[in-house]
Amino acid sequence: MSTTEVKVLGSTGSPFVMRAVIALNIKSVDYELLEQNLVVKSELLLKSNPIYKKIPVLIHADKPICESLVIVQYIDEVWTCGPSILPSDPYDRAIARFWAAYLDDKWFPSVRVIVLTAEGDEVKKETLQQVATGLELLEDAFPKCNKDGNFFGGERIGYLDIALGCFLPCLRVIEKVHNLKLLDEAKTPNLCKWAESFCSDAAVKDVIPETDKLIEFAKVLIAKIKARPSN
Amino acid sequence: MAEEVKLFRNWSSPFALRIVWALKLKGIEYETILEDLQNKSSLLLQYNPVHKKVPVLLHNGKPILESLVILEYIEETWKQHPLLPEDPFEKATARFWARFNDEELLPSIRDASTKQGKEQEEAIVQVEENLKYVEEKLKGNVFFGGETIGYLDLAFGWLANLVSVLEEVTGLSLTASGKFPLLSAWMQNFSDAPVIKECWPPRDKLIIKYQAMIEKYTAVAAPK
Repeated sequence: MSTTEVKVLGSTGSPFVMRAVIALNIKSVDYELLEQNLVVKSELLLKSNPIYKKIPVLIHADKPICESLVIVQYIDEVWTCGPSILPSDPYDRAIARFWAAYLDDKWFPSVRVIVLTAEGDEVKKETLQQVATGLELLEDAFPKCNKDGNFFGGERIGYLDIALGCFLPCLRVIEKVHNLKLLDEAKTPNLCKWAESFCSDAAVKDVIPETDKLIEFAKVLIAKIKARPSN
Repeated sequence: MAEEVKLFRNWSSPFALRIVWALKLKGIEYETILEDLQNKSSLLLQYNPVHKKVPVLLHNGKPILESLVILEYIEETWKQHPLLPEDPFEKATARFWARFNDEELLPSIRDASTKQGKEQEEAIVQVEENLKYVEEKLKGNVFFGGETIGYLDLAFGWLANLVSVLEEVTGLSLTASGKFPLLSAWMQNFSDAPVIKECWPPRDKLIIKYQAMIEKYTAVAAPK
């Protein structure tokens, strides 16, 4: 077991930081979360992630690892004594990686647009449809992945659970602020049940931000964006 | 059980080329199914309903999608001629840079080639910045993988083929300026490797393809 220091440069509102932290919790790794100011970025952040200047950054034995999904895989590969995060079968791993990439590349941008839409402002139909489509796809994928367990990873939380689960707080914000139903017992029963299991898992329950806090955080971001001079 | 490996690709996709190279480097026998992307086969749409794109690797009837995901699958299934480093930190670094290529470098070069006016100028600045990072990454190595071609060389490999095509078609100077000597040397070394060389799509066809693509973008962007 490594006793080398593990730090996470992060911020409690960020779904991507949640991924890193959940992975560390699964492996029972002690770490220090260094809250970052995203307006005035620290020297450590700029030095550790000079290309993107973004969180999360995992710093292990003074080496920085960037990009949340890269970090999760790194954690899985370094701390092999804990439960595995990625499935063991290469095909199952490919499926998990495929969906995680889909979430980040195709789905989350639409989620983000709605999270950053102020209460009362119009939520575009197409954007909402993109979010709904993604959830439908994951709803269908669930029984193909879960092998009778409660999670995409089977009996335990795995890579795809982490990749999707970190966005549950965002979905709750959207549902509350815009009075919408994204996870629906009728349309996405698998995901509803899965969400409950995910949020109550030991590795997750203490790191999920409260919806109201996240709503406040989103309001601040929305105000900042609106205050920007338009070109 | 006899292995059945099929690759759905088209004649020019740089993402599909990554898979061709990986299969060849590992000495894996496979069947190519050439797709016409203007007229996609029902099989392709069945195997990749979400993105409807190439490449798709079919291994014993199971489809694997997205080129970087496919590369990792190939690496984990066929252990000969490893493409990724063993060390987790080095592996994480390779994965980071592969994503950088797909999300930053490639789009910036596409924008520099297809946009006009101020947007093009900004894209060109971004390309230079991105190429500087890549140049820095090559310090002390012949290939991104070290002494031999690896995962990250395959991820960046499209540069060795397409940058000069785009430079010819657009008149831009991306790496031809000599500003990035390590990158230019890498492009040459990579292109000269036998496994890579034998798979290059025909240059004249590429010129025609990218000329047409850029003309289409320019026409769309033409001022009203």
